[in-house]
Amino acid sequence: MFDKTVKELGDALRRKEFSSTELTVSFLDRSKTINKDINAFITFDEEQTLAQAKKADEIISSNNATALTGIPIAHKDIWCAKDWITTSGSRMLENFRSPYDAHIIKRFNEYGAVTLGKTNMDEFAMGSSNETSWFGNVKNPWDLDRVPGGSSGGSAAAVSAGMAPASTGTDTGGSIRQPAALCGISGLKPTYGLVSRYGMIAFASSLDQGGPMARSAEDLAILLEAMVSFDAKDSTSLKKPTMDYSSAVNKSITGLRIGIPKEYFSDQIAPDVQKGVDEALKEYEKLGAKLVNISLPTSPLSVAAYYVIAPAEASSNLSRFDGVRYGYRAPEYSDLNDMYAKTRAQGFGAEVKRRILIGTYVLSHGYYDAYYLKAQKVRRLISQDFSRAFEQCDVIMSPTTPSTAFQIGEKASDPVQMYLSDTFTIAANLAGLPAMSIPCGLDQKQLPIGLQIIGNYFEESQMIAAAHQYQCVTDWHLKKPPLNNI
Amino acid sequence: MSLTKQDVKKAADLARIEVTDQEAEDALGPLKKVFALIEEMQQLDTEAVEPMAHAQDISTRLRDDIVTEKDQREILQASAPAVEKGLFLVPKVIDQ
Repeated sequence: MFDKTVKELGDALRRKEFSSTELTVSFLDRSKTINKDINAFITFDEEQTLAQAKKADEIISSNNATALTGIPIAHKDIWCAKDWITTSGSRMLENFRSPYDAHIIKRFNEYGAVTLGKTNMDEFAMGSSNETSWFGNVKNPWDLDRVPGGSSGGSAAAVSAGMAPASTGTDTGGSIRQPAALCGISGLKPTYGLVSRYGMIAFASSLDQGGPMARSAEDLAILLEAMVSFDAKDSTSLKKPTMDYSSAVNKSITGLRIGIPKEYFSDQIAPDVQKGVDEALKEYEKLGAKLVNISLPTSPLSVAAYYVIAPAEASSNLSRFDGVRYGYRAPEYSDLNDMYAKTRAQGFGAEVKRRILIGTYVLSHGYYDAYYLKAQKVRRLISQDFSRAFEQCDVIMSPTTPSTAFQIGEKASDPVQMYLSDTFTIAANLAGLPAMSIPCGLDQKQLPIGLQIIGNYFEESQMIAAAHQYQCVTDWHLKKPPLNNI
Repeated sequence: MSLTKQDVKKAADLARIEVTDQEAEDALGPLKKVFALIEEMQQLDTEAVEPMAHAQDISTRLRDDIVTEKDQREILQASAPAVEKGLFLVPKVIDQ
C-alpha cells in the first residue's frame, strides 16, 4: 500500500478494503522506522493522528466520505496545526504548540483527512537543500548522501520514500517544485492568492504560496480541491469560482501550445537533465502538443531580484520572533535590547540570519532605491515577459532544476551556488504564476529529473491535465527509490 | 559598492541580532558574493518601469470593525517564555 496513490487508497477505503485506522497505523509504523535514516519528519503525534483516523472511519462507515477522508497526509512544519508542535524548522519555535489551525489544515480536517505528522524543512523555509533545519538535514531517498532539495524537502522525501501518500509544502522561490524534482515526485505551486496563507509561518508574504505534493498529477488535483478556498483571514486570498480539478485531468491537450523559453535551455543544464526534458517534450508532441520557441529576456535576473525582495520581506516578517510572545528566549541577558539581540542570535540559524541581514541592509536608509525599488522594477519586467509569452503559448515547459540532487554539503559553504539551484523556479513566484514539477526521467546516477510546467494565472486545470496525460503514457512518476541501505 | 564589516554590524544592530567581530568578519565573504549577484540587476535600465510590489494587482480588502474572536488570552500566552497575571514579562525598561 506504500506505493499506492491517494486516488487508489481513497477508492479502497470507500470500498472498505481496509480502514483508515489500519492504513494510518501502517504508514505511521513505516514512517517511524524509516525516519531514522531519512529524517523527513520532525514530529509525530500518534494520539492525535489515530483520533482523526477513527473519526474518518466513522464518516466512511456512514458513506459520507470525500476523496480525502481517511487519507494520512504529512504537513510541512510551516503550517500551524492546533495542539501540534509547529517549528518551521527553527530552534526559535522548537517548543511552540500552535493554538490554532492554519486555514488549509482546517480544510483538510473538514475533508476528513488525517494528519500523519509534521515534516522537516529548511529553517523558516530558507534553503534549497534542507541543510538549514535546526532538526538536522533530510536525506534524499534515492541516495542518502544527497540532499532532497528544499525547503519542502521533508514533504518530498516522505512521499518519495513511501512514508506518506501525499504531503503539503510551500513555495516562495521553488520550495515545492525543486524538492519534488530532486525526489522524483509531483508538486504544484498554485497561482498566488488561491491557497490561504493564514497559519503559514510567513517568510516572504508577496511570494509565499502553499501547494500539494504527491505521486501523480491526479493526486495533486484531489489535494488542490481541498486547499483552494477563499479565506477572509488572508488579505491576499482571492475569491474565485470553485474548480473541479479532478475532472479536468482528462481535458484534451491536442493542439496545446508549449512555450520553450530559450533562456531556460542554456549550457548551465546538466546533459542528462537536458536529455530527460527533451524526451518529455517529444512525448508531448506525440500527444498532439505543439512546441513554440519563446523568450523571457529578463528571467536571468530573477535570482538577483528575488534575493532582494525575499530577504527584505523576511527581515520584516521575522521581527516578530523577539522572545516575548512565543518561542525561544535567551537564558541570560542584561536588558531588553540585549534580550532581543541574544534571543535572535541564538534562536536563528546562520542562513536565516544572513537573509535577515541582507533584508535589513537593502531596506536601510540610502539603499532602498538602489536595491528594493530596483528589484521591484525588475520584478515588473519579469512579469511582463510572461504576459507576452502567454500570447504565443498556453503553458511553458523547462527543466525544474539545472541538475539532479547534489551531495550533502556540496553547496553549503557558498550561498550563491545554493541560490542558483532555484534559477528556473523563482520567476514564477515573482510573477505569481502557477507552476509545477513532474518526474520525467532518471540520470545516469539513477537520480530523478524534474520537468517544470508553468501556466498562466488560474490555469491549474490545464497544467494538471498536461501533467496527467504525460503520466498516462510514461511511468517516471511510478519509479521508486531503491532504499537499499534502509 | 563594497560591503564592509561595519555595514554587517550596523545591519545586525538594526535587526537586533547580536554578532561578535569574528561573526561579522565570517559573514562578510558570503554576503559579498550575494551582493555581487544582486548587483547584476544594475545592468538593466529600469528608469521608466513601474515597481511591482505584489503578484496580484489587488487592493486591501476591508471588513467591518466587529469582534469575531472570543477571548483566548490564556491559550495564546501558553507558548510565551514569561507571563504573569495575563501580561507578557520583559526585562525592566524604565529605570526608577
